[in-house]
Amino acid sequence: MNIHEFQAKQLFTQFGVPVPKGKEIKTPRAAEKWAATLDSAVFVVKAQIHAGGRGKAGGVKLTKNKEEVPALAKELLGKTLITHQTGPKGKKVRRLLIEEGAGIAKELYLSLVVDRDSGCPTFIASTEGGMEIEEVAAHTPEKVLREAIDPAVGFQGYNGRNLAFGLGLASIEPAVVNPFIQMLGNLYRLFMEKNASLVEINPLVITTDKRLLALDGKVSIDDNALFKHPDIQALRDVHEEEPLEIEAGKHNLSYVKLDGDIACMVNGAGLAMATMDVIKLAGTEPANFLDVGGGATKETVAAGFRILLKDKKVKGVFINIFGGIVRCERIAHGVIDAAKEVGIRLPVVVRLQGTNAEEGRQLLLDSGLKVDVATDLWEAAQKIVGMRRKKKG
Amino acid sequence: MSILVNKSTRVVVQGITGKEGSFHATQCKAYGTQVVAGVTPGKAGQEVEGIPVFNTVRDAVKKTEATTSLIFVPPAFAADAILEAADAGIWLIICITEGIPINEMVKVKRALQSSISRLIGPNCPGVITADECKIGIMPGFIHKKGRVGVISRSGTLTYEAVNQLTNLGLGETTCIGIGGDPIIGTGYIDLLQMFEADPETEAVVMIGEIGGDAEEKAAVFIKEQMTKPVISFIAGITAPPGRRMGHAGAIITGGKGTAAEKMAALEEAGVRVVRNPAEIGETVKKTLGA
Repeated sequence: MNIHEFQAKQLFTQFGVPVPKGKEIKTPRAAEKWAATLDSAVFVVKAQIHAGGRGKAGGVKLTKNKEEVPALAKELLGKTLITHQTGPKGKKVRRLLIEEGAGIAKELYLSLVVDRDSGCPTFIASTEGGMEIEEVAAHTPEKVLREAIDPAVGFQGYNGRNLAFGLGLASIEPAVVNPFIQMLGNLYRLFMEKNASLVEINPLVITTDKRLLALDGKVSIDDNALFKHPDIQALRDVHEEEPLEIEAGKHNLSYVKLDGDIACMVNGAGLAMATMDVIKLAGTEPANFLDVGGGATKETVAAGFRILLKDKKVKGVFINIFGGIVRCERIAHGVIDAAKEVGIRLPVVVRLQGTNAEEGRQLLLDSGLKVDVATDLWEAAQKIVGMRRKKKG
Repeated sequence: MSILVNKSTRVVVQGITGKEGSFHATQCKAYGTQVVAGVTPGKAGQEVEGIPVFNTVRDAVKKTEATTSLIFVPPAFAADAILEAADAGIWLIICITEGIPINEMVKVKRALQSSISRLIGPNCPGVITADECKIGIMPGFIHKKGRVGVISRSGTLTYEAVNQLTNLGLGETTCIGIGGDPIIGTGYIDLLQMFEADPETEAVVMIGEIGGDAEEKAAVFIKEQMTKPVISFIAGITAPPGRRMGHAGAIITGGKGTAAEKMAALEEAGVRVVRNPAEIGETVKKTLGA
């Protein structure tokens, strides 16, 4: 789960990582009141959306004049920001973070993720702050330092010294060496205690008065661990999520909306991706990823159907089930019930394979529904794509 | 021959009295697997389909000499269950559980490094040696003893591939689901090495997906050390970056882990990369010239 920058910074504060003085603001009036309490040479008004690239898209405003803060807030609130991470529709700004600006002497990059290879939480740090770290890694890999933390013993002083001296902090600004090492320890604690999957500070700045400050903050929390953290669950912002994906979540379905026109419903994540790939090979684009899971029932199939059909771009539905634990005849019942309940005007191809596949296919054939039944994956994909074409033509 | 497990493998099922645990323990036993014990704390003395239940893995191992464990414990307790199995001297731990927090798996993986245990999974369908033993949740009837080893990050997509191999009369030796999480116990390379050494395995099907760089690493190994043919399919060519596609591990981040990159690396290593998942079996057949 992703959280907003202002929420990430609240976590930072909780774990002793210094951030600029700031507050979440939802109205220009609140902005005016908050600005009055600030004392700084520069004021920063930042749009809070779950996407990077806000600065370039005009979502971050700076001013030296405190009086201008409410006007900037008014300008940003309700505006739709389109960045390289939002997709073409963009994201509407509903909240702001209004902060005191800082005098910047140097920008650094710092993040903590789990490295899949070593299986260890690993710090990534660079003296090239404020830039996309992937760009830095691609062009000047020597400027990206990594430090794996042994999860058995946790963060140690030497981990911090390796990074601090490795980055050359001793010559950039000796006063921040110890605070930096301490900050790393705090971030590691946050990462493990809150089950984060990513903690990123870009830029982490050294101020002109020789302090460290997390100017930006990004934290993602492992969905699998949310059950342990009611405080983090409370940070969820449903405005940042696709409504159909929220609906799917309620039924324990894993759904990702895409831009194509053939909807698909599949059991298992790998087979679901492979089904999307087959739709593309057959000549069009998939409308979604939908995994009904290992325990698919009549009810989940019906819920899946309703969600798929809410996407108005959809011109055909491809159901691909490989029965293992899930028995195909149960899926067939689900399809029949859902079709009767929801009413299907679109072409539907159901491909059943595995446990009780024959029985399931027969049920569908006998149901009187206008549903095409297939056994072979490629044949099924070609069928649904062909039917969509006919309908179009 | 086969790898990892065979008809004499003695299995303990952790979480055997739960709904999934009891169902699959029964199914595994019916396939011919020697399910010799089950574990559920506080339920020692009970039986599930004639399988004796113990309170701890240590007790189960002492009484039944189980060497392999199959875990169905819920995600909040699964890390503990894996460590318990390792402590009891289980050498092969197969964890089916989906949804274990990654920061717990990080500690588990580190702890297993100083044990004798090998972990398969978590979030996987398990391991099956065709017509000998099934230690997992896969449908047994689609498997047939034969010539091909299968390694996969997925569940049902593996069944798809296996079904094709069986229908074409090629059959399988051992099939391993390594799991869809970012941190897993055993990766491709160890298993490729075992298949290379297994006299019955003539070719290996490797099913990957987007996310991480395990396939790229495997490609380097294949190029340098594999003499047997490897046929591969990578799921997710149509997956958008930054979105988790069901599996926690299936996500393209920072422009890395795309299907295209993986396919290129594998092809460069001499692997036959199949674009269409419906053609996995046919491609193996052509490769083996059978």
